[in-house]
Amino acid sequence: MARRSMPILRQFWNFPSSNLTPTRSVTYMPRPGDGAPRAVTLIPGDGIGPLVTGAVEQVMQAMHAPVYFERYDVHGDMDRVPEEVIQSIKKNKVCLKGGLATPMGGGVSSLNVQLRRELDLYASLVNCFNLPGLPTRHQDVDIVVIRENTEGEYSGLEHEVVPGVVESLKLITKFCSERIAKYAFEYAYLNNRKKVTAVHKANIMKLADGLFLESCREVATKYPGIKYNEIIVDNCCMQLVSKPEQFDVMVTPNLYGNLVANTAAGIAGGTGVMPGGNVGADHAVFEQGASAGNVGNEKLLEQKKANPVALLLSSAMMLRHLQFPSFADRLETAVERVISDGKYRTKDLGGSSTTQEVVDAVIAAID
Amino acid sequence: MATQLLRRRVTQILSHGSPNPISLPRPFSSATDTIRATLFPGDGIGPEIAESVKQVFRTAEVPIEWEEHYVGDQVDPRTQSFLTWESLESVRRNRVGLKGPMATPIGKGHRSLNLTLRKELNLYANVRPCYSLPGYKTRYDDVNLITIRENTEGEYSGLEHQVVRGVVESLKIITRQASLRVAEYAFHYAKTHGRERVSAIHKANIMQKTDGLFLKCCREVAEKYPEITYEEVVIDNCCMMLVKNPALFDVLVMPNLYGDIISDLCAGLIGGLGLTPSCNIGEGGIALAEAVHGSAPDIAGKNMANPTALLLSSVSMLRHLNLHDKADRIQDAILNTIAEGKYRTADLGGTSTTTDFTKAICDHL
Repeated sequence: MARRSMPILRQFWNFPSSNLTPTRSVTYMPRPGDGAPRAVTLIPGDGIGPLVTGAVEQVMQAMHAPVYFERYDVHGDMDRVPEEVIQSIKKNKVCLKGGLATPMGGGVSSLNVQLRRELDLYASLVNCFNLPGLPTRHQDVDIVVIRENTEGEYSGLEHEVVPGVVESLKLITKFCSERIAKYAFEYAYLNNRKKVTAVHKANIMKLADGLFLESCREVATKYPGIKYNEIIVDNCCMQLVSKPEQFDVMVTPNLYGNLVANTAAGIAGGTGVMPGGNVGADHAVFEQGASAGNVGNEKLLEQKKANPVALLLSSAMMLRHLQFPSFADRLETAVERVISDGKYRTKDLGGSSTTQEVVDAVIAAID
Repeated sequence: MATQLLRRRVTQILSHGSPNPISLPRPFSSATDTIRATLFPGDGIGPEIAESVKQVFRTAEVPIEWEEHYVGDQVDPRTQSFLTWESLESVRRNRVGLKGPMATPIGKGHRSLNLTLRKELNLYANVRPCYSLPGYKTRYDDVNLITIRENTEGEYSGLEHQVVRGVVESLKIITRQASLRVAEYAFHYAKTHGRERVSAIHKANIMQKTDGLFLKCCREVAEKYPEITYEEVVIDNCCMMLVKNPALFDVLVMPNLYGDIISDLCAGLIGGLGLTPSCNIGEGGIALAEAVHGSAPDIAGKNMANPTALLLSSVSMLRHLNLHDKADRIQDAILNTIAEGKYRTADLGGTSTTTDFTKAICDHL
């Protein structure tokens, strides 16, 4: 409830003609030297990636945010993420990235997955919520999908047994299931969320998803203030399209998380607006939340009509992660104001603006 | 005029031609001979809704003789489950059946009922037509798609083991034979029902060899049907497109796990499992229509159940038997009853009982 009303209240606070007093009166007290500019690795990526990361750079500059970007070019058709990029992320601890295209069936493993494994970014977080002013079929959606990012179906361990028969291994370990469950409950605790739902298919995959559920149940007992329940993945998708307001935080293994996050993003306004990121014990990489459409297609690229909102909101998440809450608030408010005004919206939101027009509107709306 | 348009659209969707191009000739082709069909009423609300179906068929004078079989209370060693060998033989003999919801008995030492049916009858494709019911408003009004799911392998092979404590492996198996079989069925279905596009759903960018093999098989079959557009869609894109704009899809063909999730998602788009028909196709032209909802033990015996799913599934069974005029009549009656809105069961927001709803349908015939 607080989360949903905050953006609306904030809009009122920041209008110059408003006479409502802001309710946040206790200020954020930084440590001396916190204002020094922080380096953030920037990977523009493929397709519409450079366009939307360019948008973020422009907005950051306009806000004079204390971040500077170290740009590295990585493309989906390289075999490995270059070592210098990994070193840079390890040094800076934070990265902002556009989508990396994965060639289909080409024998090259996805660079997105490689990056997550190398840096052990074991939790992927996607926040799907209704933006005020953006009409969707479903209202009252405010779901955070926390997805295990390193194992499960995406282990990449496949082989051909005999010609015409292929096997793929799905790995579930207690170690990874426990840490993702711990992250999910800790997230819920720190963000005042009331319920955590585990998504599984343990009626069919009894041992694998059974192990995942066992870990979730163990961690749930340590957080008695947070409600915990379990739902089978096919029922979950059905409930998402009919009654999405019942979900709060969802914790899932790798593959189901992908589907659930994209479905939730679709019902709440589309993947062009949902922020997200991947986080591990030491590093964090922020990118467009849901994976569908993060590289875009040729037409979007030519006409430069990609939606920068998702990456802008993810960069607001990044600013908060870097402990610059006031910049994060201002950016988020500006973006929400632009969306709710409705004049500058890209095609996926029903409008016809270009990326640059939306960026200019956001810059104008920052105060 | 509207009824005709509705009929045409709905006929396209629900009619089943001969599903397997190499199926054996069926002994029944004239509408006057009585056809024997196996009926599994199931548990919970099963018997009530099966009674609805029987009543509607009687009123419509459908020449079907039901052979009822119930789930036993002892494990039959020949089938290793609660379903007896006689029940399975009956389906194999009659080649067509209708199944109500069955509750899975808990415990070990026996196979689940659905698994038994699937393995013994070699039911390799699950077909679920999903289309918005006129008169029952959901958030999505223009859904008109069919999901065809491979039913035998994939992630649901059940081959799991614990490697060491705390590490579990589960095998996902994709074979050329099963993928070709389901792709053939999908394209054949699309052709016989006048559908224009078949989309294969996959995650081959990550699972390159397994889903890659599935896609290769689909592509091979697509070449044999040049008049049908074929496309491949990654599953996360598919989920997103389905919830934003379900009209983009026509026929979807998928491996097991994705099929399970997507077909339930599509059922959710049109109003839930209580309204979705489903049909399982087996080798040799066997068709087992079933209601996919649960047995709802909490409303069993209270005359509150919604028989729509089982009725629509029985209609698809009739089309499989080429009894198209009867199928059309019953289907129109069901859709008109729901569209009118006077008689609706509790799950659709009304207050009618099962018997009232059934009577209303019979009146519409």
